[in-house]
Amino acid sequence: MESRPTLPAQLLSFGEQLRDEGVSVGTSELLDCFAALAQVSWTSQADFKEALSATLAKSPEDRRTFDRVFDRFMFRAVEAQAIGPEMSERLGEGGGAAMQDLSGSELEALREQIAEALADGSEGALRDLALLAIAAFSREAEGSGVIGVDVQRIRRALGLRAEQQQPGPHGQDARRPGLSREALRRFEALLREELERAQARRTQKLPPARPLNELDRALPSGPLADLAAVHRVVAQLRRRLATQGMQARGRRTHAHVDVRRTMRASLQTGGVPVELKFRPRRPRRPEIYVLCDVSTSVTSASVFFLSVLHALHDAFRKMRSFVFIERVSEVTDVFEHERDFRAISEKIGKDAGVADISGYTDYGRVFREMLELVEDDLHPRATLIVLGDARTNGRDPRSDLFGALAAKAGRTFWLNPEPRLYWNYGDSVIAAYERHCTAFECWTTAQLEDFVKALTRPVNRAA
Amino acid sequence: MEPSAPRTIADVEEGLREAGYLPSRAAALVSHLAVTLGKPVLVEGPAGVGKTELAKALSSMLGRPLVRLQCYEGLDEAKALYEWNYRKQLLRIQASESERQDEWESLQEDIFGEEFLLTRPLMRAIASEQPVVLLIDEIDKTDQEFEAMLLEVLSDFQISIPELGVVRARTQPVVVLTSNNSRELTEALKRRCLYLWLDYPCLEHELAIVRLHAPELSETVARRLVEVVGMVRDLDLKKPPSIAESIDWARALLLLGASDIDTDTFNETMSVIVKHRTDMDIVAERVGIKLGERAEAERAAEGADASTVDLST
Repeated sequence: MESRPTLPAQLLSFGEQLRDEGVSVGTSELLDCFAALAQVSWTSQADFKEALSATLAKSPEDRRTFDRVFDRFMFRAVEAQAIGPEMSERLGEGGGAAMQDLSGSELEALREQIAEALADGSEGALRDLALLAIAAFSREAEGSGVIGVDVQRIRRALGLRAEQQQPGPHGQDARRPGLSREALRRFEALLREELERAQARRTQKLPPARPLNELDRALPSGPLADLAAVHRVVAQLRRRLATQGMQARGRRTHAHVDVRRTMRASLQTGGVPVELKFRPRRPRRPEIYVLCDVSTSVTSASVFFLSVLHALHDAFRKMRSFVFIERVSEVTDVFEHERDFRAISEKIGKDAGVADISGYTDYGRVFREMLELVEDDLHPRATLIVLGDARTNGRDPRSDLFGALAAKAGRTFWLNPEPRLYWNYGDSVIAAYERHCTAFECWTTAQLEDFVKALTRPVNRAA
Repeated sequence: MEPSAPRTIADVEEGLREAGYLPSRAAALVSHLAVTLGKPVLVEGPAGVGKTELAKALSSMLGRPLVRLQCYEGLDEAKALYEWNYRKQLLRIQASESERQDEWESLQEDIFGEEFLLTRPLMRAIASEQPVVLLIDEIDKTDQEFEAMLLEVLSDFQISIPELGVVRARTQPVVVLTSNNSRELTEALKRRCLYLWLDYPCLEHELAIVRLHAPELSETVARRLVEVVGMVRDLDLKKPPSIAESIDWARALLLLGASDIDTDTFNETMSVIVKHRTDMDIVAERVGIKLGERAEAERAAEGADASTVDLST
């Protein structure tokens, strides 16, 4: 026992493992952890674990990683203690000896037990049973290697069925398989967890299930996975836009004195205007118009654009969005009524009415229509954002119309999904538009973040 | 440490329960750590799972007053920490007529005294004679700059005022920060806090909470209610119902004297738990059907049990 690493050493190595998995654990956190452990009883694993996670894992994502690492760590510790293969053999059996030859009646017994435990809702028993089931089946057949498949295989072999959706004519008397969906899902989750853990042990690695850290892929491939990241950036954008008014207040050297309120305040000090009252500078309420290209030339980027739109809609109340290929159509309603991103992109693809005759963008026409649509609504407090590659397919760019739009709106931004290198080559006419707006290269979430940062820079614009 | 300080986690659990808050094991444990270690707690989770309530319960359990700082966009030092009452300062200057040099110096010292300081929540919590529970609510609504300003308060429990020097906490406050996770908080802030993730409670736990707050509601209705709320939460909604809304609903049902939740009662009272136009459509459609189905199944079962009894019951 004496040669074993001490608890501090163990904890430090645990912290090290967490760091390896991308959880940021600082020295101060480890110190907290020691302090916390002095306050809880170590005999209860739940308390021990909670004390660790309260001090080490400080976001929902970190919690998930923490659980995995904790399980792996504890398992390794147990394994290291059980020296020799025979010991781990016995551990692996875990009551599975009775399963050696799996006859129908034993299967039935196991099924009954699981159903019972599901009804009781006792987590511990259920976990044991899940382990038992896995042990039994890994003996029978080699795992497929795909966890989802294994889970379903085990469930089917155990004859666990969900209750029927409709009671049917002979509904209520068929008492036998009545497992609630909810309970079954729980058992499946446990099975999955245990299988994942088994896999983690076999490969001595965490399942590689966290692609969240690599958002800087060249082009976003999995829109739904990226959605969360885009949402985060847009939430930041919202905050920045909302507090812009505050910044303006700080920079402005003179403010308008509110004479009436100053006089009124001076009554308190005997008519001496001790305290000057200024007109409040109202923070701008951002009103956003987004024009998004969904034509074929930006197919790969338009998924990204749509997710930006989607996120923008979540963050801003006063927002109108338009998509275009050859003509413009407003899709504000689609975003307002549909929350599911997949459904939105489908809807827009199908019936947004973008009049996709040739499939080629016609910027001139788009801007003319856009001007007709929103000319009266645009005002100096509005922000216009165009998402597009500015490739006109040889048609007239009509930058004068765009200029008119930009003049109406307070600020205009252009997000171009092409690398800056390709700008103004071929039929790209971004230079013509850039005279009226600020253009950004934007095809990754990192660049979107840059755009957000640029937004907060002081704007030199006549008020 | 005051006499009422709880010793064990079980004590904390019991104390919170007495204060009308049913904590999960994790919540009790982290509260215990917060009190004994004197570290701030960052509580995160969806809206309405009782993050703010936890702080209130803690304050009533420990018998300490609650100082609350509600955060919002654009909250600044003047509203959170302190402000000089410069109107009063000016009056003070006017009141002293003399022009002599030594008097001016004493005056200068005088007008930057505590007398002229308007204390705001953070300052109040720090300077308070008796220990307090400080609740910084919805910290994610503020800017990162404000978070940075909090760091001094949270790690050293002190506030530096250029004119006065450093104000140190006379007593150690228990600090609870809540966040709806609407943005990622800075690492620096997280590092100084214990972390507690509160999620929607499991069915039994929520049932206990509802029963605690609406004890007159019968067991069966309460159970049914919690089941339905769970069902609604499973749907993909803009804003899933919170625990507070379950409790409101329970009270509404009590007022209406409902003895069961059937399709009609549900449709009438749904607005208590669902608060978006689009959400209401989804819920009415999905849950309404389920309720209807179940009622039918029950009626059929009753019919099978007592086949001769007429159906009017």
